[in-house]
Amino acid sequence: MSSPREPLHVTGEVLVVKKVGAYRHLTLAAPGIAERYRPGTFVAVSIGDLTPRTHLARRSLWITGVRPTGSHGPTIELVVEPGGVGSTWLADRRQGDRVELTGPLGRPFALPKQPVACLLVGEGYAAGLLFPLAERLRARSCTVTMLLGAQDEPHLLGALDARRAARAVTVVTADGSVGRRGTLADALPAVMDGVDVVYGAGTHVGLHAVAATAEQFGAWSQVAVEVPQPCGTGLCQGCALPVVGEDGVPRLVRACTDGPVIRGDRVRWAELTGTESGPA
Amino acid sequence: MRFDRPVMNASGCGGTGRELGDLGVLDAMGAFVTRSITLDPRTGSPAPRIAETPSGLVHAVGLQNPGLEQFLIRELPWLASRRTRTYVSVAGSSLGEYADLGRRLGRAPGITGIEVNVSVPDGPAMGLFDTREPFQAARALAAVRGGLPPGLPVFAKLGPDSLRIVETARAVAEAGADGVVLVNAAPALMPDGSPGGLSGPAIRPLSLRCVHDVHRELPELTIIGAGGILDTDDARAFLAAGASAVQIGTALLHDPTTAARIAADLQGDPA
Ligand SMILES: Cc1cc2nc3c(=O)[nH]c(=O)nc-3n(C[C@H](O)[C@H](O)[C@H](O)COP(=O)(O)OP(=O)(O)OC[C@H]3O[C@@H](n4cnc5c(N)ncnc54)[C@H](O)[C@@H]3O)c2cc1C
Ligand SMILES: Cc1cc2nc3c(=O)[nH]c(=O)nc-3n(C[C@H](O)[C@H](O)[C@H](O)COP(=O)(O)O)c2cc1C
Ligand code: FES
Repeated sequence: MSSPREPLHVTGEVLVVKKVGAYRHLTLAAPGIAERYRPGTFVAVSIGDLTPRTHLARRSLWITGVRPTGSHGPTIELVVEPGGVGSTWLADRRQGDRVELTGPLGRPFALPKQPVACLLVGEGYAAGLLFPLAERLRARSCTVTMLLGAQDEPHLLGALDARRAARAVTVVTADGSVGRRGTLADALPAVMDGVDVVYGAGTHVGLHAVAATAEQFGAWSQVAVEVPQPCGTGLCQGCALPVVGEDGVPRLVRACTDGPVIRGDRVRWAELTGTESGPA
Repeated sequence: MRFDRPVMNASGCGGTGRELGDLGVLDAMGAFVTRSITLDPRTGSPAPRIAETPSGLVHAVGLQNPGLEQFLIRELPWLASRRTRTYVSVAGSSLGEYADLGRRLGRAPGITGIEVNVSVPDGPAMGLFDTREPFQAARALAAVRGGLPPGLPVFAKLGPDSLRIVETARAVAEAGADGVVLVNAAPALMPDGSPGGLSGPAIRPLSLRCVHDVHRELPELTIIGAGGILDTDDARAFLAAGASAVQIGTALLHDPTTAARIAADLQGDPA
C-alpha cells in the first residue's frame, strides 16, 4: 500500500481559471494530491489533445497553493505563464476541462525545527510556491520576510498576499514599474540582516544570487531549481542538474527527484547560468 | 518462452524501479528492466538531453549510470528484496567488458534475465564496442552468455535497422540469445545538431515491421516488442505481429501508469 506521501497519477478537473497580470491562475480538483502536498513540490502535467497523444514530454508546474473547499474536496493551485505550446495549452483550459497530472513530485523544502528567521525570495511565477511555505513557517513560529522580483508589474506575483504572509516585504522589478528598480542580487544584501535561512524560487541567475548572498552572510539557503524535466517522475534522467555531492564530488543528479529543492551551496551555478564553461 | 504478464518498461525509461514503486505501479508490471549498466560509472551527456518532437522524443542521455558495482550495492538489492522480476540491461566498451558484466551479474542474486544492449545509437562514438555488424553483435552476446549460469535467459536488444534485422537476430540467436528485444531508439538528430535517438509512436511502424519480419523468418525465437506503444491496442498489435511480450518506454515517461494499465488490460484477453 502506498503511504500518504507518495505521488499519485490522477485526472484533475479545472474549477477556476483567472487571469492575473501575465499569468493564469488555475484551481483544480485533484484527488489525493492536495493531501500529500509539501511546499516545494510540483505536478507533472500531460498537455494537448489526448487522442491521439502527440506531445509526449510532460510539463512541470509548481503547486502554489492547496485549499480545502466544500463540494470538490481539496484543490490545488497552479500559476501558468503562457509561452510555448504546453503552457499556452494549459492557460487556455476552461472550467470543467480535464487534465492528467502526477504529483506531488520532488523533494520539498526542509522546514526548520527551531523558530528561526526566514527570508523567502521569489521571482516571477515561481514566487507563488513561497506562500504556502510562508504559512507553514509561521505555524512553526518562524519569522518570515520576503523579497519578490520580476521583470515588470504584470510578472510580479503575490505582492499583495506578501503583505499578509510576511513581516516585511521588499519588491524589485527590472524596469522599476513597481518597487525598486533592480535585480534580486542588488536587493539581497539589504534584507539579510539577522536571517538564518533563505528559501528561493526563480531563475537560475536569481537563485545563484540567493545562494551566493546567503553564503556571504553565513546563512543556509534552499532553492527550488527549474531545469527542463521531460517526465518529472524520475524515470528518464533527462533533467540533469550539476551539483557537488556531500562527498565533494561533482555529479549530475535528477532535478525532479533529487531536487527540485536543493541546498544552494551544492549547485554548480556556473554550469547552469552559462557564466563559465563546464568541466570537459 | 511464455510471459505471465507480458508487459514491462523499456530500458532507460523506468528509473531505478523505486520511482515506479512509489507510484504503486511496479508490481502490476510483468518485470522491471534497468537502464543500461556499464562496468564503469558514466556521467552521461550535458543538457539538453531530451527534446519533444511530434509523436516522439529525441534523446541523448549518454547512458548515465552508476556503474556495475554501485548498481549491485545500491539498486539491485532493493529490487531483489521485494522480488521484482528484474532484467538487467548491459552495455560494454569491449568484448572483455561484456564478459565481465556477464560473469559478475551471473553471480548476483535476484536477477530474472539479462538484456544485452547492442544497439545504442552512436555507441561507437560514446566509446562502446562497435556492434553495428551482426557478427559483432553476436560476439558481444556470446561474451555475456559465457559468464552466465545456463538457466538465466539472455536477450539481445537490437536497433530498428529493418534491412538487416533478420540477419542480426539470426546471428545473436546462434550465439546463444534466448530471444531479442525489438527495437531500440532510431538514430536521430537533436535540435542542436548533436546525435541522439528517436523514440515514441513516431517509430512504431518501423518497430512493428522489425517484429513482423523476425517472427516470419525465425518463428521459434522469442521476441519482446518495443517502440511507440502507447496503449493496449498498440500492445496487441505487437503481440499479433509475433511478440511474446512488450516494453513501454516513451509512454511511461508521459504517464507512469501506462505499463501497469496495459498489463491489467491484457489479463482479460484470451491466451
Ligand atoms: C520544477 C518546475 C516547475 C515549474 N513550474 C512552473 C510554473 O509554476 N508555471 C509555469 O508557467 N511554468 C513552470 N515551469 C516551466 C514549465 O514546465 C514549462 O517548461 C514551460 O511552461 C515551457 O513549456 P512550453 O510547453 O510552454 O514551452 P515549449 O518551448 O514548447 O517547451 C518545450 C520543452 O522544453 C521544456 N522547457 C522549456 N522551457 C523550460 C524552462 N524554463 N524550464 C523547464 N523546462 C523548460 C518543456 O518542459 C518542454 O519539454 C516549471 C518547470 C519546472 C522544471
Ligand atoms: C530517455 C530514454 C532513455 C533510454 N535509455 C536506454 C538505455 O539505457 N538502454 C536501452 O537499451 N534503451 C534505452 N532507451 C530505448 C528504449 O528502451 C526503447 O527501446 C525505445 O525508446 C523504443 O521504445 P518507446 O518508443 O516505447 O520509447 C531509452 C529511451 C529513452 C526515451
Ligand atoms: S524529468 Fe525525467 S528523470 Fe527527471
